[in-house]
Amino acid sequence: MTNQNTYSDSRRSFLKNSIVGGAGLVIGINYMSCKTDSATVEIIKDMPNQWFDFDAFLKIGDTGRVTIMSQNPEIGQNIKTSMPMIVAEELDVAWRDVIVEQAPLNTEWYTRQVAGGSQSIRQGWETLRNAGAKVRQLLVNTAAEQWEAEASDCTTSEGVISHSDGRTTDYGQMAALAAGKELPEEVTLKDPKDFKIIGQSQTNVDMDGILTGKPLFGIDYKRDGMVYASVMRPPSFGQTLVAYDDSAAKKVNGVIDVIKFGDKIAVLAKDNWSAMKGKKALIAEWNQKEKAEDSAYHTDILKEHLDRKSEKPRRVDGDVDKAFADADQVIERIYEAPFLPHACLEPMNFFADVTEDKVELVGPIQTPQWQQNRVSDLLGRDKEQISIQMTRMGGGFGRRLYGDFTVEAAEISSLAKRPVSLLFTREDDMTAGTYRPASAYKIKVAIKDGEMTAYHLTEAFFNGMMFDPMPSNFPCGAVPNYRVDCHSIESNLTTGAWRAPYANFLAFAEQAFFDELAEILGKDAVDYRIELLEKAKANPPEEEYNYDADKFIGVIKLAAEKSGWYNKGNKNLGFCAYYSHNTYVAEVAEVVKKDNSTVIDKVYCAVDCGLVINPLAALNQIEGGIIDGIGHAMYGDFEIKNGRATIDNFNHYRLIKMAAAPEVEVHFVKSNNDPTGLGEPTLPPAGGAVANALFSATGKRLYKQPFIKEIDVLG
Amino acid sequence: MAEYTINVNGQDHKVNVDGDMPLLWVLRDHLGLVGTKYGCGVAQCGACTVHADGEAMRSCAMTISQLGNKKVTTIEGLSDNADHVLQEAWKEHDVPQCGYCQAGQIMSAAALLEENKNPSDQDIDDYMQGNICRCGTYLRIKKAIKTAAKNL
Repeated sequence: MTNQNTYSDSRRSFLKNSIVGGAGLVIGINYMSCKTDSATVEIIKDMPNQWFDFDAFLKIGDTGRVTIMSQNPEIGQNIKTSMPMIVAEELDVAWRDVIVEQAPLNTEWYTRQVAGGSQSIRQGWETLRNAGAKVRQLLVNTAAEQWEAEASDCTTSEGVISHSDGRTTDYGQMAALAAGKELPEEVTLKDPKDFKIIGQSQTNVDMDGILTGKPLFGIDYKRDGMVYASVMRPPSFGQTLVAYDDSAAKKVNGVIDVIKFGDKIAVLAKDNWSAMKGKKALIAEWNQKEKAEDSAYHTDILKEHLDRKSEKPRRVDGDVDKAFADADQVIERIYEAPFLPHACLEPMNFFADVTEDKVELVGPIQTPQWQQNRVSDLLGRDKEQISIQMTRMGGGFGRRLYGDFTVEAAEISSLAKRPVSLLFTREDDMTAGTYRPASAYKIKVAIKDGEMTAYHLTEAFFNGMMFDPMPSNFPCGAVPNYRVDCHSIESNLTTGAWRAPYANFLAFAEQAFFDELAEILGKDAVDYRIELLEKAKANPPEEEYNYDADKFIGVIKLAAEKSGWYNKGNKNLGFCAYYSHNTYVAEVAEVVKKDNSTVIDKVYCAVDCGLVINPLAALNQIEGGIIDGIGHAMYGDFEIKNGRATIDNFNHYRLIKMAAAPEVEVHFVKSNNDPTGLGEPTLPPAGGAVANALFSATGKRLYKQPFIKEIDVLG
Repeated sequence: MAEYTINVNGQDHKVNVDGDMPLLWVLRDHLGLVGTKYGCGVAQCGACTVHADGEAMRSCAMTISQLGNKKVTTIEGLSDNADHVLQEAWKEHDVPQCGYCQAGQIMSAAALLEENKNPSDQDIDDYMQGNICRCGTYLRIKKAIKTAAKNL
């Protein structure tokens, strides 16, 4: 960690300007610092007259109040609260004295300013702890110097430094003396048993702003002189713009200008409604240059690929062909999923102000650094000229990794020579692409003498294949002959990551298959999973597999115990366990029969995510992941016809609603291991748990999402 | 274009817009009240829920000319210090994840509690079915509404 002396002046002013400049910028204030829950009234330190910079994460005020910069984009995963908690823990201050601010993009100060892959906490853990601990040690060293004492005789607690002889001072008094000094290189981090903030529930630092309608989100950002843009894009994938007539659009009240860029046309107006009306008044002619794909084509070509072996399988253990040739029985099942939009409640949007000497970008983005690079390339500007301030995001789920809207806003502002707020209508948001691609999996196993002797997984996917090291996931290691083939099929639909990429559907396919396989082999579904994991432990293959069998068994046993799996009687329970994003999850869904139909009543969930930073927020992520996972497995449907999405709004695209959300009961494996993420890993097992419970209740196996097309469920 | 006078959160505002402009965009782009959110534009997601003469309505589907003399309350006007019984309950249950839909959820819940001081689970499910949350915070929303009902 560098200290402030090494920051370049341009970067320092960049940061400060980005934080304080411009109306409506998002500044997160820890309103909870005003809360007085405990019996004794806790006094919050006054707002400082002067702040002192320490490192990229910390400013300390002369009163001892602390500002912690939150480096990663906040997308609803609550890292704007939980990441600063880690810094505050090692700094050893009271959480009530902490103010949290969203840091802008700063590639010199921060690494990995990304929201994605459930990696913020896991990858930030060491850095954040050290950032707090180093400043704490510097403050202690400074106090010791003042006292002409040994730093090792000093202790800290809630921002107070105490010497063993009874002398005390505090961070506020030491801040001015310590600021600017070199930070210690090596520091001792706390023993987890001494944690006071980590492991304690803290409410969302943006809570009051959210509950009172403050301008926290990208769509809320305003700037003097700003115009609103609505963009007409090719209505079908593979189309180009031939000609357009904007005469009617320009007559719409409030429309200021119409600008063509590439194959798109932007209507600029004095408010969003006028821009949208102007867009509707545009007349455009399009040429279908590439194939107009449709859902029937997608289904056929996916299935066609499932019968092919790839030239380069992703992993091979043993001799799969021989095992199938020797088998008593071969079982083969195919699982299919449709394209899906992300359906973030806040539609895509971005603010851009491109002027001669700078490019200012403000908005909801999971990958600010990538967008800085793209805008730099597009406009031929130095990266130093391009600032990006991340706002709170109204959902992302992968869609806001892609930044097409950031680049569009920059291009429109550059051409219009005005500050521009670009907003996608919901119809734009659902039809303009970047979908989770449709996919299909074939799982084929060989059975010999009542044992699984070979497992062959074939993936067919559009524009991608499962990430490494997913081919080494379970049941890799548990079966002597194992093979994974992946096929990436090109599509002109734009596609991308969607909450828990690949795992969001593969978990269902794999775990519904094992439920069925256990039934065929006459084994209990939970016992069979444990039996396979024990095999992986006892006879590991030469090449490592990608999970810790003991942790996996740990969550499986915990979920089985808490759900009453072994005493289920007539209850219809469905089991599913999946490891993704470094976190182990097992879920048991309970389905009840009602009015000649079924209801998903409850989900029991066991999680091993290492140390839990913020239990309240962790539970929220887990509940949300399960409900979101059930919703999309049950209802998520999408259709492409003649190259265009036929479903363009929530009147046709069904998201889960309150009535269909089951009760969720969560149990954590107690752990002091380094923390892993929770934004994604509880979603993948939800579909499998529900499918297996629905089988228990109805006797019908499910192979295709959305389930609602296959089976009747109330909600 | 015409001049309309609308009463929002107890204050009269004059706006000069087309009569077909939905109240949502008047609030957001002309009055700077951005707590009311755009989600779908077709009254299907509930993010834009406000009160008109105390009744919950989707502001994306009501034009300024249809509004007439109805008095509008938005999330900004629900309480003076974020201390409405629902806002307090939302804090207690740490309801939001991304937070985008929550203003609409709270405005719907506030209208529910005006009609029904002691709603059952079924009453809550039925009343809140027009409000979508992709983050899946429904369990907490329901708990918070029950807590708020108790604290009325």
